[in-house]
Amino acid sequence: MNTQVKSRGPYKRSMTGWWKRDPFFMKYMVREMSALAVAGYAIVLMFGVLRLSQGEAAWNGWLAAMKSPLSILLHLTFLLGMVVHAKSWFEIMPKTMPAMHSGGQRVPGSTITRTGWAVTVVASLVTWAIAAWWKA
Amino acid sequence: MNRITPSNAPIFWLLFGAGGVLSALFGSALVFITGIAGPLGIGLSADALSYQRVLGFAQNFIGKGFLLACIAFFAWHAAHRLLCTVHDFGIHKTVFVKSIFYGCAMVITLVAASSLLSVGF
Amino acid sequence: MSAPTNTVTKTIQIEVLRYRPEQDSEPVWQSYTVPYTDDMSVLQGLQQIKDDQDGTLSFRWSCRMAICGSCGMMVNGKPKLSCQTFLRDLLPGPVRIEALAHFAIERDLIVGVDKFVDKLQSVKPWIIPKEKRELSQGEYIQTPAQLEKIEQFSSCINCMLCYAACPQYGIDDNFVGPGALALLHRYNADSRDGGMDERMPLLRAAEGVWSCTAVGYCSEVCPKGVDPANAVNQNKVNAAKDYFLGWLKPKAKVEGGKA
Repeated sequence: MNTQVKSRGPYKRSMTGWWKRDPFFMKYMVREMSALAVAGYAIVLMFGVLRLSQGEAAWNGWLAAMKSPLSILLHLTFLLGMVVHAKSWFEIMPKTMPAMHSGGQRVPGSTITRTGWAVTVVASLVTWAIAAWWKA
Repeated sequence: MNRITPSNAPIFWLLFGAGGVLSALFGSALVFITGIAGPLGIGLSADALSYQRVLGFAQNFIGKGFLLACIAFFAWHAAHRLLCTVHDFGIHKTVFVKSIFYGCAMVITLVAASSLLSVGF
Repeated sequence: MSAPTNTVTKTIQIEVLRYRPEQDSEPVWQSYTVPYTDDMSVLQGLQQIKDDQDGTLSFRWSCRMAICGSCGMMVNGKPKLSCQTFLRDLLPGPVRIEALAHFAIERDLIVGVDKFVDKLQSVKPWIIPKEKRELSQGEYIQTPAQLEKIEQFSSCINCMLCYAACPQYGIDDNFVGPGALALLHRYNADSRDGGMDERMPLLRAAEGVWSCTAVGYCSEVCPKGVDPANAVNQNKVNAAKDYFLGWLKPKAKVEGGKA
């Protein structure tokens, strides 16, 4: 047995910047970053209901802030983030469910994704309708 | 054999999932309505977001519940996901780090809940 | 199409990340000029190097037909079976080859597999019968529908490409990982099996499904269509159910649930 030669020395490679290694990982990071839009909007909405509870003057202050160019720009980025989130959510949804069968055939993942989108369109229209026509 | 560490992840994962579904279904529309169309008066009447109208919505049992659900679940969803993201960037999910993210979600939830309760029914 | 091969030799550059612990303190790239024909796989390219140029080049291989799972390596940054990856698709080159990502390099393109084998064992990959069965009862009857629930998950060839694809495993190799969890699911979902409770402590652990963030790259790279991402993520529901309702079961072993 040769005790002078190092026969093993397992080399562990660094994980730094792993997400830059492959476009697949970059898309994953973009998907995860969409949570910033969800967080940001939740905070904006939280302030909205807080100001609502503080009276008309406070609410109008919040509304005025919503009308500022900065806020509009911010909400456009929120909107982009929400769309990225919705798109990636429905794309990954089939992976989170057991295989479904309908009429003896396996339901493909794309069907589940498209169903998710369809429900979103309906939900968005209903939300819009309430915002436009609901009377106190 | 493989290490086995008990996990409380299911609690936060369910909150994450609920928030993910809610924000996927309603997030885009809500951002557009409250943040773009409403303030700018595009496609909505000028008083769509007036104090009286929004107050009435928030005092309505369903409206109140919807607003609270959106704010709270969006916050818990984002908290969990951003926690996982900082972990992806190399920050370990220590109790301290978890407390910051989930703590923020809790604060957002409590502020929203107390605000929505105090506007009454 | 091309000139007769006895007048023109086409060549391609193959760059390999070498590592010899007895002489290298860290891995180093080495470039080879390899004569190639359009039918050559990356594995055949490596074999040409080892046979005719540099006998010290070390790599695993066996079946040459994508069923043994031995020849997994990173080809131009992507986890591939070298026997199933063709040089003609990587033109004009150079082709960069390194050992499977997220594993410690033992030598050249050879990685340590001990922990992976441990993980396979730890999921109890055998039928744990629902109830004691006598030989006189005969064989289990399984319908095509019951078989379909497990067939894709039983196709795993243990090639570890999914581990090379999984950044969560790369960040923390205590994660049981996509392949082992797909195997776990294969047994839980088998109509003959009643061992879900026995496998649950591992499944619902931090090292189990909860390390997964649904990147999904594992299923992208799997050469056999196992779809480990699906196996892992559909079991998050089962793990959550056990967490909230498991204490209701008469024989369930439930941990204290410390974070």
